[in-house]
Amino acid sequence: MEKLLSIFFIYIFIDNFVLQRFFGICPFLGVSRKMETAIGMGMAVIFVMAMATLVTWLVYTFVLVPFDLAYLQIVAFILIVASLVQLVEIVLRKISPTLYLGLGIFLPLITTNCAVLAVALLAVRQEFSLIEAVVFAVGASIGFSMALVIMAGIRERLELATMPDVLRGSAVTLITAGILSMAFLGFKGMISL
Amino acid sequence: MKANPSYLQEFTKGILKENPVLVTMLGMCPVLGVTAFIVNGVGMGLAATAVLIASNLVISLLRNFIPPQVRIPCFIVVIATFVTIIEMLLKAFQPVLYEALGVFVPLIVVNCIILGRAEAFASKNNPLRSVLDGVGSGIGFTLALLLLSSVREIIGQGTILGPDPDTVIHLFGANFEPMTLFAQPSGAFIALGLLLAGVNAVFKRFNIK
Repeated sequence: MEKLLSIFFIYIFIDNFVLQRFFGICPFLGVSRKMETAIGMGMAVIFVMAMATLVTWLVYTFVLVPFDLAYLQIVAFILIVASLVQLVEIVLRKISPTLYLGLGIFLPLITTNCAVLAVALLAVRQEFSLIEAVVFAVGASIGFSMALVIMAGIRERLELATMPDVLRGSAVTLITAGILSMAFLGFKGMISL
Repeated sequence: MKANPSYLQEFTKGILKENPVLVTMLGMCPVLGVTAFIVNGVGMGLAATAVLIASNLVISLLRNFIPPQVRIPCFIVVIATFVTIIEMLLKAFQPVLYEALGVFVPLIVVNCIILGRAEAFASKNNPLRSVLDGVGSGIGFTLALLLLSSVREIIGQGTILGPDPDTVIHLFGANFEPMTLFAQPSGAFIALGLLLAGVNAVFKRFNIK
């Protein structure tokens, strides 16, 4: 139990996927312009990441390893993530149209979000058990969403700030992300596995 | 239909005008993640370039056979195959680099540059053009990585060609106190942000668009 809790909090605060490990930078820069879209994207990522890690872990442990196919890991994982995203989209549209309207446009983007594939790959590389892997995925995705939402809040204000022309746009966003990442360094050493 | 650009233009556009990192801001994760050392940055750049060229070629050859409805999954399978090959080659011949790049090697699959070039270019152009486009974009990507990793390693560690103790060169002598911030993750963001601002300024000054 203690280990599960430490995994959960480590990947939210200390090893934050975006700010410390650099996974999922593209969506982090791309959809952090507005608070609403950031929250929508965050929710979609939490959902897909947990599902994807669960499925890839099961496939890796019960299909790829016993049949000596571990070298197909990359191909298998990316296909699982891509088809899972598609499946989630279809199911969601049927079951909960409101949720689909909220998350819909973000779902296809998630396939190329490298944080999802990274979580799936790291879960088997670090030899987590099934529960640990899912907790890891949920923690990592909450960390991702948190960074996204914080960034969106800052960027909504940055739009109105005065600054040199050359800094406007992605340059200032990256520098802000750097300062944010520095702030997160403060959590370092709080918990370890 | 506008006139076809020359082969030379296909090659050079990825290096400067459409530089994947500095202009179109694609594939940022490895750019930030592996650039603490020059060797890792360039290694990553070359690995991605190899995948980019090979996948551009294959996708361009297959472009008339892939049904448009399922093109994205097809592209991903082609790319994933080449990434697997590169990963095996690195593991066999460059184990140190492979360890240093870690999970970023398999993550080349979801590097937006490669899927982006496949979708926007290779699926519409002939193999020769696609290969040239791949080489150009790859060189552009590698150069951007080289630039950022040089800044980060020289300022952040005071060395080049590290971390391997056999090849490492200390640039500033023993009394140099490196700005470790630039070796940290936060420094990666800040260095890239400043680099982009610099590139913007240069582009503006010389009216490159």
